[in-house]
Amino acid sequence: MNDMTPTREQRTAALEGMGCKRKRVEDVRFTQGKGNYVDDVKLPGMLHGDFVRSPHPHARVKSINSEEALKVPGVLAVITAETLKTVNLAWMPTLAGDVQMVLADGKVLFQNQEVAFVVATDRYAADDGVNKVVVEYEPLPPLVDPFKSMDPDAPVLREDLAGKTTGAHGPRKHHNHIFEWKVGDKELTDAAFSKAEVAIKEMISYHRTHPSPLETCQCVCSFDKVKGELTIWGTFQAPHVIRTVVSLIAKLPEQKIHVIAPDIGGGFGNKVGAYPGYICAAVASIVTGKPVKWVEDRIENLTATSFARDYHMTTEIAATRDGKVTGLRVHVLADHGAFDACADPSKWPAGFFNIVTGSYDFPTAHLAVDGVYTNKAPGGVAYRCSFRVTEAAYCIERAMDIMAQKLNMDPAELRLKNFIKPEQFPYHSALGWEYDSGDYHTAMRKMMETTGYAALRKEQAEKREAFRRGETREIMGLGVSFFTEIVGAGPSKNCDILGIAMFDSCEIRMHPTGAGIARMGTKSQGQGHETTWAQIIATEIGIPADNIQVEEGNTDTAPYGLGTYGSRSTPVAGAAIAMAARKIKAKAQMIAAYKLEVHEDDLEWDIDGFRVKGLPERTMSMKDICWAAYNSVPPGMEPGLEAVSYYDPPNMTYPFGAYLCVMDIDVDTGVYKVRRFYALDDCGTRINPMIIEGQVHGGLTEAFAIAMGQEIRYDDDGNVVTGSFMDFFMPTAVETPHWETDFTVTPSPHHPIGAKGVGESPNVGGVPAFSNAVNDAFSFLGATHIQMPHDYWRNWKAAKDLGAVA
Amino acid sequence: MIPGSFSYHRPASVADAVKLLSDLGEDARPLAGGHSLVPMMKLRLASPAHLIDLHGIAGLKGIRRDGNNLLIGAMTTQHDLLESQEVAGSVPILCEAALLIADPQVRYRGTIGGNVANGDPGNDMPALMMTLGATYRLEGPQGAREVAAADFYQGAYFTILEPGEILTSVSVPVPAAGHGYAYEKLKRKVGDYATAAAAVVLTMAGGKVATCTIGLTNVHETPLLAVDAAKAVIGTSLDAAALKKAASAAEAIMSPAADARGPVEYRKHVGGIMVTRALQRAATKAT
Ligand SMILES: Cc1cc2nc3c(=O)[nH]c(=O)nc-3n(C[C@H](O)[C@H](O)[C@H](O)COP(=O)(O)OP(=O)(O)OC[C@H]3O[C@@H](n4cnc5c(N)ncnc54)[C@H](O)[C@@H]3O)c2cc1C
Repeated sequence: MNDMTPTREQRTAALEGMGCKRKRVEDVRFTQGKGNYVDDVKLPGMLHGDFVRSPHPHARVKSINSEEALKVPGVLAVITAETLKTVNLAWMPTLAGDVQMVLADGKVLFQNQEVAFVVATDRYAADDGVNKVVVEYEPLPPLVDPFKSMDPDAPVLREDLAGKTTGAHGPRKHHNHIFEWKVGDKELTDAAFSKAEVAIKEMISYHRTHPSPLETCQCVCSFDKVKGELTIWGTFQAPHVIRTVVSLIAKLPEQKIHVIAPDIGGGFGNKVGAYPGYICAAVASIVTGKPVKWVEDRIENLTATSFARDYHMTTEIAATRDGKVTGLRVHVLADHGAFDACADPSKWPAGFFNIVTGSYDFPTAHLAVDGVYTNKAPGGVAYRCSFRVTEAAYCIERAMDIMAQKLNMDPAELRLKNFIKPEQFPYHSALGWEYDSGDYHTAMRKMMETTGYAALRKEQAEKREAFRRGETREIMGLGVSFFTEIVGAGPSKNCDILGIAMFDSCEIRMHPTGAGIARMGTKSQGQGHETTWAQIIATEIGIPADNIQVEEGNTDTAPYGLGTYGSRSTPVAGAAIAMAARKIKAKAQMIAAYKLEVHEDDLEWDIDGFRVKGLPERTMSMKDICWAAYNSVPPGMEPGLEAVSYYDPPNMTYPFGAYLCVMDIDVDTGVYKVRRFYALDDCGTRINPMIIEGQVHGGLTEAFAIAMGQEIRYDDDGNVVTGSFMDFFMPTAVETPHWETDFTVTPSPHHPIGAKGVGESPNVGGVPAFSNAVNDAFSFLGATHIQMPHDYWRNWKAAKDLGAVA
Repeated sequence: MIPGSFSYHRPASVADAVKLLSDLGEDARPLAGGHSLVPMMKLRLASPAHLIDLHGIAGLKGIRRDGNNLLIGAMTTQHDLLESQEVAGSVPILCEAALLIADPQVRYRGTIGGNVANGDPGNDMPALMMTLGATYRLEGPQGAREVAAADFYQGAYFTILEPGEILTSVSVPVPAAGHGYAYEKLKRKVGDYATAAAAVVLTMAGGKVATCTIGLTNVHETPLLAVDAAKAVIGTSLDAAALKKAASAAEAIMSPAADARGPVEYRKHVGGIMVTRALQRAATKAT
């Protein structure tokens, strides 16, 4: 060996594989403004579409007159439900088993609902046309409060469902009822409550909000009449699903549909489902024979495409006097707006809300969810969370705090007392999940030690005394949150979307020079897949990450996958990548054995190639094997070096974390300051610590926004009053607190590389931490539960209601 | 969020701008930084057929001292205010308030003329100009006139500007040496208009308030001068009782709208607090 021979450490580092803080390769183009987004797609002769939208939340559409609009220079067509009926597309199926109007068919059911689609030669003309379409409405009484949806005299919203006593998920109890979903053992749970020494009950609401990616939803549809082919560029988190859905509803052969999701400027669940804009642009292109672009503006995005949450959770916990939980009972009233347009796996009308037992060993639990219609925008999507997991985490984490308060126990102590113990994994929860792995006590204690939790509590006690003495007008809150997520949907035995199992996929092709291309069924919207996917491959097959090109989003080239949402990419596609890489490695081993003239079993893997056991000088690098794969494979073996893997996960993964928020609130103005926020995440094996940190920062910022003010609010007349970033809280760098991140590592036992996924954990765990901090601050004044969002005026109102301000 | 069509004009002199505005009538609007007007056009709440861009008029921009007054050209941007040594030295409250307007991008474009002429009760400069006793120079088809800021505002987006008139400059009397000042603004986030804001300019003598003016932003359909509140603190050492009196006198003239920033009661309550805090901070700055 001479000085030139790289050390093993140098060889490992050169790969930039798993565990490396590799810089994001996609940022080279993003930071230079060279990304290629849907709105950058400009095709010759391209037309533009824009919507006429309803000013009314509930009204009959008496007539639509397009005469004046068609006189506007540049306006070519005005499409209405009547037009769409000729191609049977006035309605479309939702992912939740409901149907949704594409354009108002006789009625409008929410403010800003799509009524007509104006097609013009440019965006300005389209908008001028929109302003000239005359729609005559007969207003109907709006239904805004979900608690009134099932009143006997509630207005009938969905006339199309008249007489339908059964929906996609079983019987309907009322004309505005969508489904009832029940899980768990009711008798056992009721018994636990009747025997309970202590019980709490609280209606905990998680308000309506919106994923609000900076890039709104948009598409360009181009129909080639000669070939009969439709190409769609769109902001799609799940491009293959879109292709199949388009094929099924537009009755076009699937091979004639090409879906391309170029760079995406954030998705957060907003870009999973299908929206009227996509259908209208496609129909407009088919009708005109020209490409048609549809780009949503901010108001449209916030008020018409899918909202998130709007869950009203009546929550009860039973416990012993010394703080051991004995039962959990939850009833959820789920407001879905005018159409149930959740993007959950098909069999899960309330997503995985039955993770609501959280990190605690509940011997028994029962859950019932009622979905109802209101005159609001349809949804709700999973805003940076696995399906309804954020709602569940908020529900249980808030309720545990309420129980702690009732028991006069520290909320951290109550949690420690009830955690599922490390030796109980794999753990079967009372509501039916099998938690793969966890070490909650270690994570919680690390959080408490690192933050100086005990000292903070002491400081809080002193501040409370000072407040009582009138020396300060500031109150201090500590928000503890310990969440368990369920991500990685999911095993084919319980997860599908419209009948397609929720596997994911990877195809790797190695080129002769030791480089390669890898394609997946996922689609990054900012998560950094181009960086991390290559890192998995680098470690698995010993080729530098820089030599692996990662490509996603083109349904013609990528293998079929279910897309990116619900923190499923790493648990599912990440596994497929490792498995595909292992197939490559297996073939590579045969080639190496042949070239080194030994038996395969005599070879062992060593960082970036194979070496002969006991003869470390006799090696063959993966790079050389790639070359050999194209000229000297063993007799009888096919040349080339490529592999495909479709991975059907055996189980979900269960990331967890311990968060603490320290907040000070000025009771006179309600102004709060997040003094400190600590987030410990355990996402199993860590692929790229820098990307994890970035994901945690982003998710916490969203959680902060949601808990502290971000909402989609309707007034009593059904008008949506939060249609812009002036009123819809989107924090800037100035408002965003400083984030402290930390971790423990408990690998997933069933995942090929032990990774669990992290993208959504901070949103899931963050919201309860903020909300618990506010509630904790006010608790000594007598508060038990203050509803989110905790914006300034509501904090002031809480203080006022508690008598703390005059 | 797509504006309707309009014609664009870029006159080179105030006279040309006034002529264009008079000739084109109701359908024409002056365009300054565009950061209030263009958003309204995108929402089609405003659909002017003609925009008269004032950027081509050389004389409308700049800050200079004229005796005891600070003269600010209408097209001076909020960023220019923040950069000016003259402003920082003689009327520092202008810098303090300008820094609380939106974000750097808006301040690079938004002008003082547009801010005060717009008539938006949410804008910060109008109440401040009233507090400082500023006057506006208006030039129109009938010639030029000077109007006190306090007489300019008549209702939301409704001012005494006559058709064809342009606001060409703002004249701010330089407050007495040693004055104390503060602009207290409660907002939900960067880029938001005030939930409530208060401007205070005062002088102190022997530990007591000698003179005091208080202005209020976004708690009424026009900016307000809180005259009684100011009276309530004159001659006091800003003790708790005086502060309380001032806050309630100020709250008594507020009539904000309920909006996403909070209900009426809250906006008035924090309006009172802004007054209290501005008074206290202004006093610490007075010498
Ligand atoms: C996100 C955002 C946040 C903001 N936050 C704040 C804030 O917190 N506080 C605040 O004070 N402002 C705020 N603004 C407004 C900003 O300060 C504007 O720039 C300012 O109000 C208007 O100035 P302008 O030069 O942009 O005027 P323009 O938008 O060009 O014009 C505004 C109106 O005044 C008329 N006008 C303009 N100049 C003249 C003139 N010389 N003579 C007669 N009429 C004229 C125009 O015709 C128009 O009607 C915000 C703006 C944005 C976009």
